[in-house]
Amino acid sequence: MKNLLFAVLALLMMSHVVSAQPLTVQDVLQSQRELIEKSSRRTIGPAIDALVDSGLPQMQTVLELWQAKEIWQRKADGLFFTATKNDDGSYTLRDFEDGAEVGTAPSTDLKQLKPNSGVRAMIATALVQFQLSDPDVTKRRDALDSIARDPGPDLLAPLRAAIPDEADPDILARKTRLERLMTMAYDNDAEARVAAINDMSGDLGVDFRATLNPILSTKLVAAPAGAPPDGNIAAELSPGGDALSYSGAYALLVAEDLVPVQISADARDAALEANIEGGRVGGFPVAQLNTEAARDQAYGVLVDQGLAAPMVTPKDVEASLAAYRFFQVYDEPSAEVTEAAEAALAASEGRVAVGQAVDLGLDALSLMSIYFLAAIGLAVTFGVMGVINMAHGEFIMMGAYTGYVVQLFVPNHTASILIAVPVAFAVTFAAGVALERLVVRWLYHRPLETLLATFGVSIALQQLAKNIFGTQARPLTAPAWLDGAWVINDVVAISYIRIAIFILALLFLALFLFIMKRTRLGLETRAVTQNPRMAASMGINPDRVNMLTFGLGSGIAGIAGVAIGLFAKVTSEMGSDYIVQSFMTVVVGGVGNIWGTLAGAAMIGGFQKGVEWLNPSNTLAAQTYMIIFIIIFIQFRPRGIIALKGRAAGD
Amino acid sequence: MSTLLEVSGVTVSFDGFRAINNLSFQIGPAEMRAVIGPNGAGKTTFMDIVTGKTKPDDGYVIWGDKSVSLVGMSEAKIAQAGIGRKFQKPTVFEEQTVQENLLMALRKDRSPIAVLFFKPSADDLSRVAELATEIGLHDALERVSGELSHGQKQWLEIGMLLAQEPKLLLVDEPAAGMTPAEREKTTAILVKAAKTRAVVVVEHDMEFVRRLNCKVTVLHEGSVLAEGSLDHVTKNQDVIDVYLGR
Amino acid sequence: MNRSFIARNPSVLIFLSLLAFFTLGVTVLSEGFGVGLVSTSFVKTLGKTLCLCLIAIAMDLIWGYTGILSLGHFAFFGLGGYMIGMWLMYERTRQIVEGALSEGVLPPTPEEVQAAIGNQIFGVVGSSEFPLIWAVADSLVLQLALVILVPGVLALVFGWLAFRSRVTGVYLSILTQAMTLGLSLYLFQNASGLRGNNGLSGLQNLPGVTAPQSVVSLWFFWASALALGLGYLLVAWVVSGKFGSVIRGIRDNEARVRFLGYSVETYKLAVFTLTACISGIAGALYYPQAGIINPAEVAPIASIYLAVWVAIGGRGRLYGAVIGTAFVSLVSSWFTGGQAPDVPLGFYTIRWVDWWLVLLGLSFVLITLYAPRGIGGLFDLVGRIRKETGE
Repeated sequence: MKNLLFAVLALLMMSHVVSAQPLTVQDVLQSQRELIEKSSRRTIGPAIDALVDSGLPQMQTVLELWQAKEIWQRKADGLFFTATKNDDGSYTLRDFEDGAEVGTAPSTDLKQLKPNSGVRAMIATALVQFQLSDPDVTKRRDALDSIARDPGPDLLAPLRAAIPDEADPDILARKTRLERLMTMAYDNDAEARVAAINDMSGDLGVDFRATLNPILSTKLVAAPAGAPPDGNIAAELSPGGDALSYSGAYALLVAEDLVPVQISADARDAALEANIEGGRVGGFPVAQLNTEAARDQAYGVLVDQGLAAPMVTPKDVEASLAAYRFFQVYDEPSAEVTEAAEAALAASEGRVAVGQAVDLGLDALSLMSIYFLAAIGLAVTFGVMGVINMAHGEFIMMGAYTGYVVQLFVPNHTASILIAVPVAFAVTFAAGVALERLVVRWLYHRPLETLLATFGVSIALQQLAKNIFGTQARPLTAPAWLDGAWVINDVVAISYIRIAIFILALLFLALFLFIMKRTRLGLETRAVTQNPRMAASMGINPDRVNMLTFGLGSGIAGIAGVAIGLFAKVTSEMGSDYIVQSFMTVVVGGVGNIWGTLAGAAMIGGFQKGVEWLNPSNTLAAQTYMIIFIIIFIQFRPRGIIALKGRAAGD
Repeated sequence: MSTLLEVSGVTVSFDGFRAINNLSFQIGPAEMRAVIGPNGAGKTTFMDIVTGKTKPDDGYVIWGDKSVSLVGMSEAKIAQAGIGRKFQKPTVFEEQTVQENLLMALRKDRSPIAVLFFKPSADDLSRVAELATEIGLHDALERVSGELSHGQKQWLEIGMLLAQEPKLLLVDEPAAGMTPAEREKTTAILVKAAKTRAVVVVEHDMEFVRRLNCKVTVLHEGSVLAEGSLDHVTKNQDVIDVYLGR
Repeated sequence: MNRSFIARNPSVLIFLSLLAFFTLGVTVLSEGFGVGLVSTSFVKTLGKTLCLCLIAIAMDLIWGYTGILSLGHFAFFGLGGYMIGMWLMYERTRQIVEGALSEGVLPPTPEEVQAAIGNQIFGVVGSSEFPLIWAVADSLVLQLALVILVPGVLALVFGWLAFRSRVTGVYLSILTQAMTLGLSLYLFQNASGLRGNNGLSGLQNLPGVTAPQSVVSLWFFWASALALGLGYLLVAWVVSGKFGSVIRGIRDNEARVRFLGYSVETYKLAVFTLTACISGIAGALYYPQAGIINPAEVAPIASIYLAVWVAIGGRGRLYGAVIGTAFVSLVSSWFTGGQAPDVPLGFYTIRWVDWWLVLLGLSFVLITLYAPRGIGGLFDLVGRIRKETGE
C-alpha cells in the first residue's frame, strides 16, 4: 500500500517533469522501477501497460531486450541500461534512446533483470501489438502466425487494436478473420461471440472448425436420478447407447467414488493367489481352480471370510446405473454460444461433406486418368489387334526407366521430361516392334500362346531391369512447376501433377482418335484387323501394319510410363502393378473401342475411389472389392460397357 | 400333317441390320426340306435361332408335340430335346478316334456324373458299329478322325448327328467340297434319315437339291420368298430375279 | 475298348512305379531313415516339388485337357495351405501357451488359454481376438475338410459366375488372374484375420510330435508322394473315358459339344472345382514343408509360373506336367540357391541368381514358339522314330 502510494507520487512528479521536457524511456522505466525490480507475474501488469501506453517508439525494443534478459540496472543510481559484456568481464552500458555508450561498469555494480517465464509471456503479449503493427510485412505475418498457432484471451485486445491501421489487404483479411475467430472463443460478451459465430457459419476453413470444437467440448457428468446437474447441458446419455457403454458409465461412477470398484479377473486371481494356504484357497484345492466358475466360487468364500472385497455383480452394476443419470455438459457455460456453435458447425460440416465429395470426385478423376493412361496402349494392341501382350506392363516400366536415365544426363527437370517423352516413345516403340517381329507375329490367332510367350518376355524384362537398375526405387522427378497443388479451399485441393496427368490422358485420347480415324496407318490398321486377306489384296502389307500398330501401342505405353513414373515409384515391378488393372479396364470397357476403354477406366477408377471413401483406411480392400465387382459386372455385360454387337464380335 | 417345328414371325437384327425379318417356317415330323437362298439370305442365322445360339428379338419358335418354346433354352437343352445340327465346315473332334466321336454323340445321359462313370456296353458298341457302317467308316473306327478325308469327316459328322437320334436334323451345306461319288452317298444317307425324322438341308448347289427331291424353301433378305417343289420355285419370277439379279 | 483303364494307359503304371521307386530311394538315402546322403532340407525340397507336381496335374486337367487357361490355381493352393496352417499354428500355440500358463500359481482356465493364444497369434496385427474364420481351428478334422471345401466352394462360385456368362479364352484367363490378385490383396490386409502380410508361420512343427525334422520331413514326403500318386491315378482315370472325350471336345470345339447336347458350362465347372480341390490338397501338403505361408504366395505370378511349368513339360499329357514342374522347379532352386557357378566374362560376371529368371523367361518364349508340345513332345518324337524304324 505504501509502495503504491510512492509510485503514484512518483508518477505525479514525473508527469510534472514531462510537461517540462520530452519523456524518455528511462523516465518511464524509472516510474515503474519498483514493479520492475520485483518482477512478479501478479504485479507486473500495470508496469508493462505503462511502458506500452507511453507510446514511445523505442518501447518495442526495450520490451524485446527485457524479454531477452538484456537489461541491466546500475545498483548505484537504479538506472536501467542495455549492456554488452567486454573481454575483461566488465560491461559497456548503452542508453535506450539512441544506443549511445554511456560508460562501462564492472559486473558487481550491475544487476541483470531476469524476468521469469510468466513475466516473459506477458511481455510477449504486450509485444504482439507492436509486431502486429510492425512496418515489416514479414514480422506482421509472423506475429499473426504465432497468434493463430497459440491464441489466447489476452491477444484479442492487441489484435483488435492492430486492425484499423493495417494497409496490406491480405494481412488485413487475415487479421479480421483471426479477430472473428478469437472473438468467438474469448470475448467476454456472449452476444458478440454469438454474432461472430453466426457471421462465419458454414465457413469451410479448418481454423473455423478448430475454433468451434473447443467451444463445444463436453465432459461427462453423473448426477443422482431426479437432479440434473448445473451447467450448460448438451445431452443426456443413457448407458448402453452408442455414446456411453455400461462399463464406461460405471467407470465414471467409480471415478467419482460413488460406487465400489468392480473386481477384475486379474484382481480376483491376485486375491486368490494371496490367500493360498496349504495348497487350498477358501477350501478349494488350487488344482481345481481351472475354470472361471470355480475361481468365482473360491473368491466368494474369501469374501465371506472377510478376506477380499465383495464382487460387484452385473445386477449391482445395473442397480447403480439406474440410480444415476448421465449428462454431457459443455465446458462453455453460455447456452447461446454453444447453440450457435452447434448450428454453425453443422452448417460447416454440411458444406465440408459437399467439398469432400468434390475432392473425392477429383481424386477419382485422376485415378481414372491413370488407369486410362496405363490401358490406352493396350487398347491398341489388345483392343484393336486382339493381341494379348502380358509384357505391356514392362513397356510402361521401360518408359519410366527411360525417363530416369534421361534425367541422369539432363539435370533440368522440365527439359528432361520434354526429352524423355519422345525418347521413351522411341525406346518402347522399338521394343514393341522387336517383340512383334520376333514373337507375336508367329502366334496370331493363338491368343493363349501369345499370352504365355509374352509373359515369358515379361519375366525376362523385369529381371533384366532388376539386374540393371537394382531393386530399390529410382526417382523420376517432376519439374518444380508441377509441385504443389491447386487449393480451392481447405477441403478441395488437387495437385498439379494430377491435373497434368488428366490433361495427358485427354491428349492421348485425342491422339489415338486422330491416328485411328484420320491417318493412313489408322485406316490400314482397321482394314487389317477387320479382314486381313481383303486388306492384303488391296495392296496393304498386313505384316507392316501389324508391326507399326504394335509398335504404336507399345510406344504409347512408354509415354504412359514416364507419366506414371512422375508420381509412382519407378521399380522393376511397377509394370505388374498395372497390368491386371489395365486388362480389366479394356475388358470391362469393351474390347475394340477406345470410348469403351475410357468408360472402363472411369468405372474402375470411380468404383475404387468410392470404396476407399466408404473405408478410407484400407486401399487394399478397395481393390479386392473392385475385382469382385468386375467379376459380377461381367455377368451382366460379358462384352463390356460398350460392346460390339452381332456377328462381327465373334465368339 | 402335324407340325414338329414351327417358327413364326421371328426377327433378329445385328447393329441395325435385319438378318432375319418376320420369318415363318414349318416342318413336319418325317419330312425332308431344302432351304436355299443367296448369300446373306439368313440361312445360317435361321439355324442359329432354332438351335439356341442366337436369341430372336421377336417371334416364336415352337417345338414338338408338347409345343415347347425354344426361345431362351440353352443350346445343350435344345440338342437334348432332339434337334441335331451339322455345321458348314466339318467339325469333328480331330484328336479323337471315330469310335470316341460316335460314342460321345450316342443318345445317353449327358450329365457329368453319368458320363464320368460311363462304360460302353456291348449294345452301345454294336450301335456305334452299325452307324459306322451306315456312313461307310466301319473300317476306320479306331482311326483318329483328324486323319480322315474331307468327305469322311462330313459323313462322320452326319453319323454323330444320327447317333444323337434327333427328331430334327439341320444340315448346313453337306455337299460342299465333295466329289460326285461322295455326294451321291451323302444324298443316300440324308434321304434314308428323312424317312424317320425331319431333315432340313441348307444348300447352294441346285443339282444336289434336285437330287434330294423334296419341298424347297427359298429365303431372301431374312424372310421366305417362295416355297414348294424345286420346279415350282425355279419358275417363280421373284426367285429368278433374286438369283439372276434384277 | 473294354479293357481296364490301367491296361489302356500304360503310362499310369510306369509313372506310379517310378514314383514308388523314387520314394523308396529317397527314404533309403535320407537322414531320417537311411544312410544320410540326402539332407533333410533336400528331402523337404523334393517333397515340395511333389506337391507342385500334384497341382501341375490339376493345371494340366483344366488347361491341357479342358482348354481353360486358369491363371488362378495358386489361389486354391494357397487357400489349402492356409486352412491346414490355421490348425498347425493354433494347436502348436495352444501347447506352448498351456505349458507357459501352467507354470503360474493357479491352473489356467480355458478362457485364459484362449486369450493367450489369441494374443500370441494375432499380436503382430495388433489384435488378440479370434476372427470368425478361426472358429474350427482347434479341430484337425474340420480344418482338413476345409482344405478341400474352401478352394472347392470358391472355385464353384467363381466358376459358376464366369462360365455362366460364357467368358472364354484369354478373357477367362485374365479373370482368373484377377481372382487370385483379389485374394492376395485381401489376405494382405490385417483385417483378413489371417495375420496380413505376416502370414502363418512355424508350420513345419507338427503339434504334439517330438520326432526330429529329419523324420517329420520324410512323413510329409511320403504323404506328398502318396497324394501325387492318387492324384495322378484319379486324373488319368477322369480323362481316359467318355468324360475325357467330352472335355477334350470342349477344348477343341466348344460349340460342337454344346450342340451334341452336353451342358458345356456344367462340365467346365465340374473340372474347375475338382482341380481346385486337388490344388487345395497339394497346398495343404506343401506349406507344412515350407514352414510359412503368406499372401505373396497367391500373387498372380505364382499361377503363371504354374502355366509355365506345365507348358514346358508339355500340356495335354499328365506325365508332361509332372516332368515340366519337377524339372523347372528343381533347376530353378539350383540356380537361385546359389549353387550354380558364376560365369566370369571379364568385364561382367554372370551371376545365375540374377540371370536365371531372364533365362527362364526367354527359354519359355522359345518353347512356346518352337516346341509347343514341351519336353513331353520328345516322347512323341522317340515313339515316332521307333515306329518308323520298326516298320
